Amino acid sequence: MSDHSQVERFQDPGLPEHVHRNADVDPIAAKRAERQVAILFLLSAVGTVLTIVSYVFVKSDKYIYLPVMGSTNVQQLLLGIGLTAATLFIGLGAIQWAKKLMPDQEVIAERHEFRSEDVDRDDLVATFKERGEATGLGRRSLIKRTLGLALGLVGLSPLILLRDTGPLPGKYFDTTDWAAGTRLLLDPAGTPIKASDLEVGAVAQVLPELPAGTERTLENTGKDAVLLIRLHPEDFNLDAQRLSWTYQGIIAFSKICTHMGCAVALYEQQTHHLLCPCHQSTFDVTRAAKVIFGPAARPLPQLAITVNSDGYLVAQQPFTLPIGPSFWERNSSNG
Amino acid sequence: MKKISSFRRHRIAGPILVVAALFTIGTAFGVASALPSAQSTITTGTSTLVSQGKAIFLRGCSSCHGLHAEGGSIAPSLIGVGSAAVDFQVGTGRMPMADMSQQAMQKKPLYNPQETAALAAYVSSLAPGPSAVTNESLTYERDGNSALGGQLFRTNCAMCHNFAGQGGALTNGKYAPSLMGVDPKYIYEAMVTGPQSMPKFTDATITPQEKLSIIKWLQAANHEQNQGGASLGRVGPVTEGLLGWVLGLGLLIGVSVWLAMKAK
Amino acid sequence: MKTSQKVAGATANYVDERTGAAKWLKKNLTKVFPDHWSFMLGEICLYSFVILLMTGTFLTFWFDPSQREVIYHGSYLPLSGVHMSAAYDSTLHLSFDVRGGLLMRQIHHWAALIFMSAIVAHLFRVFFTGAFRKPREFNWLIGIGLLTFGIVEGFLGYSLPDDLLSGTGIRIAEAILQAIPVVGSYLAFFAFGGPFPGTAFIPRIFIVHVLLLPGLFLALITIHLMLVWYQKHTQYPGPGRTEKNVVGYPLMPVYMAKAGGFFFIVFGITAFLGAVASINPIWLYGPYTPGQISAGSQPDWYMGWLDGLVRMAPPLETHAFGHTISWNILIPGLFIPGIIFTGMALYPFIESWITGDKREHHLLDRPRNAPNRTALGVMSITFMLISLANGGNDIIATHFHLTINAIMWFTRIGLFTVPPIAFVITKRVCLSLQRADRDLVLHGKETGRLVMLPTGEMVEVHEPLSDAKKWTLTQHQQPDALPAPLPASATVGLKGKFRARLNRANATQIPAATLTDLKELGDGHH
Repeated sequence: MSDHSQVERFQDPGLPEHVHRNADVDPIAAKRAERQVAILFLLSAVGTVLTIVSYVFVKSDKYIYLPVMGSTNVQQLLLGIGLTAATLFIGLGAIQWAKKLMPDQEVIAERHEFRSEDVDRDDLVATFKERGEATGLGRRSLIKRTLGLALGLVGLSPLILLRDTGPLPGKYFDTTDWAAGTRLLLDPAGTPIKASDLEVGAVAQVLPELPAGTERTLENTGKDAVLLIRLHPEDFNLDAQRLSWTYQGIIAFSKICTHMGCAVALYEQQTHHLLCPCHQSTFDVTRAAKVIFGPAARPLPQLAITVNSDGYLVAQQPFTLPIGPSFWERNSSNG
Repeated sequence: MKKISSFRRHRIAGPILVVAALFTIGTAFGVASALPSAQSTITTGTSTLVSQGKAIFLRGCSSCHGLHAEGGSIAPSLIGVGSAAVDFQVGTGRMPMADMSQQAMQKKPLYNPQETAALAAYVSSLAPGPSAVTNESLTYERDGNSALGGQLFRTNCAMCHNFAGQGGALTNGKYAPSLMGVDPKYIYEAMVTGPQSMPKFTDATITPQEKLSIIKWLQAANHEQNQGGASLGRVGPVTEGLLGWVLGLGLLIGVSVWLAMKAK
Repeated sequence: MKTSQKVAGATANYVDERTGAAKWLKKNLTKVFPDHWSFMLGEICLYSFVILLMTGTFLTFWFDPSQREVIYHGSYLPLSGVHMSAAYDSTLHLSFDVRGGLLMRQIHHWAALIFMSAIVAHLFRVFFTGAFRKPREFNWLIGIGLLTFGIVEGFLGYSLPDDLLSGTGIRIAEAILQAIPVVGSYLAFFAFGGPFPGTAFIPRIFIVHVLLLPGLFLALITIHLMLVWYQKHTQYPGPGRTEKNVVGYPLMPVYMAKAGGFFFIVFGITAFLGAVASINPIWLYGPYTPGQISAGSQPDWYMGWLDGLVRMAPPLETHAFGHTISWNILIPGLFIPGIIFTGMALYPFIESWITGDKREHHLLDRPRNAPNRTALGVMSITFMLISLANGGNDIIATHFHLTINAIMWFTRIGLFTVPPIAFVITKRVCLSLQRADRDLVLHGKETGRLVMLPTGEMVEVHEPLSDAKKWTLTQHQQPDALPAPLPASATVGLKGKFRARLNRANATQIPAATLTDLKELGDGHH
């Protein structure tokens, strides 16, 4: 253990000797550097001209095939290259100028203490105290308290003004446009569908038939979207009730992922799995879309379907559970 | 002559001989396996086509699919799959399957078009099923609507094949392949037959005209020129972020190093 | 006197009589700035921000931030007749029918990616060199704020066109809002003006994206720069450099030329990317509808780690008393980012609590000389990289023939097992480098030249280091060279003992070589 007081540390040798650049000592090198800078600035000017010419004269529907890039729009490319040259070369020129020709002697500046002088600090404290007392807040507690009340309340008004940014959710999450007898319509064709339209292994994207005069909006798509899948009835592993919600091997699930709301429509025909591409939650269709992998915690709600008198597929009843992602008020004890 | 006999004693003669022999055997084997099988006489008669197909089937497919195409534990039944399925699977080289992995890989077809047609005829003779189509019969240019095709694609196909048909991941190593450069007939047949993991899209759920629209959109997407430069794979922000870091920040750091270096 | 000089003089006089600017300019034109390439990273952020402002303003001249439904009739035929929002339609218009419109869109988006990656690179530089220590803690806090707001700003920006990919991202954001206990469904309805997707969200985030956040950025960046200006920039240790000086080049002309030039370089390289590389080709994605989704959907990279965390979350929810709490969303979506950003913000204070170091620092640390901090940094980066990798697990699976399931499990386990290993390895590497420095100082640099001694022994000639190099490798202040780092009173109690423990772990160092050591070696070495 060395005694600290006797240990000699290496000393700071100070700034190194300044080494001159070629351009500092050799006028030819200086001229060359100047030429380099000038060429760079000129290239920038060329770039600007290229940009303007491309904008005015190049047709916007021309494409060119280039290696690595593939085909690309000519005008877009030339405008971009022109702008690149116009800006890049100014920068390169300025930096080359600084590096080669501007003084590169290292300069030393002193740092100053940030801390204020004690006398200034004391003065500040004294001023603050004195003028603080002058407000009288210390003595006049009535003013203090009522000021606090007023300031506290004034912040509430802007907040309450934000109330109308949206309606209250109410029972919105609990209902969809599916009701008993609602026909299933193909998306985007809008035509109704019969059981015979689906073979085993087939899928269909469906939406509910809306009451006459109701417009389909993205909001109802976001709740109503359903995926129809047909399997061999013997492939199902369902209890009696859920089996009664299927029709001749056709089963319907809400397409809105119960994790975070992406559309779950990636059906693997051989494994009977549904995969959501957003976070890879995987659902087993044969077991009523039970989650078998990934972050989703609840199965996709199943829509009970049957056929009506015309043979078209219809819903037996609304969804028995809120579809889509979770929310505080959701009673998830049944899935 | 003397040169050859004196060369015989050169120490490299042995290795050269081995290499030559291997080369000869290899080439002979390659040629032999590329030759069409002895039974492929070109005929137009359907019954001959069916029997030819049956012969090929028994030789090349029955070990997995069963002697009567009834399927088994390792391969599904082919009864009712139709000539469309055979044309797709055999024509794209997926069948015969090279290994028993998760997914049949597309590869160079083993059977030529005539043999494929024979197999298709045989399988479709077992039970009715969707028919194979030809590229010429798909009049998508005339009858398809590209914009409708795009909408249908995004609703029914993009979740597996990606928004630009570049392909995507399924579970456990399976994948939906890229659709770029795929023959229109294979796309049509795949939609109709639902190969392996892909579901079926019957003509009732996606009408033939809608299928033509999808194909028209896909052909346009395949030939779509880039509006803004290199496409970076058309897979979205992953490749964009990679390029931003590597090329964007990389170049800028390079310039910074140059900027701060002492000039000579 | 030339005319130009007369005019300049008159102007200067005019301004100075009204503002007294001459005095201020005199002082600041000669201000000294240290020169090192790693100090340019912050400048990349600044200049990218300026480019974002300029290109963004251009875009607002055509962009229509409305979700009103329109039918497309522009020049991109594959979308002809398709129903879409005005936002999407106006972005298509910008991309296909406005000359230079797509170029500006692409420069804007590339500038955003570079802005964020430069912030992260700059953060690494500041962290690993200890530049956040007193007196620069405020600037660190502002920096973390800029990082956080940058992520939000970028997310809002690429969501404006209302395409299928970014709309999916908004759907996920809404699900996070909705999942918040008690108030979630209300917050979601207020934010979206009703049920998702509604028509209020895009116009609202437009104002946040073009007015509120840029204003906040301008204010924060101004304070950030003013603090750097006033406190003077830090510098790397070296000959002639002390805690009490700044060695470098003056603002005028050198720094002006280099920094000004660098702005044009950043613009040029961003423009280059905008010219040759497609980014955010929204026409390929299609307009947003909740009934569609694409395989391989990811957010931009600076949110990719969040996506990765959400993907690997176990399916945890609590279903009790008629309510649902989604831990599988709240933990990766809110708690973990909250902990990470809070931890980052508090780091300077945590470190000074551990080290007990209350001194000012203007000389930077070489990362090897602060092994614990460097190891902690590498550990955090490893954590983020694993999360980020999982965010792209489907793209990685298809391109490298792996399975999403295997990648998910690897990252679930790796997230907790790999970072500590990275910590240990990094710390060991730092200590090895310290040892190497010590050896270099004491024994000199290996030259590769062999010399035979009269005794027949072959030895390698070592060239002693220059005084400047010796100084650079030994100048750092080491914990045991100081008076007792923690006062005894600070180490009592459970908290105190924990602090003492961390303090001791942090003080692991290889002692720097001293002149005494060198003299003791004496003869017998080369």
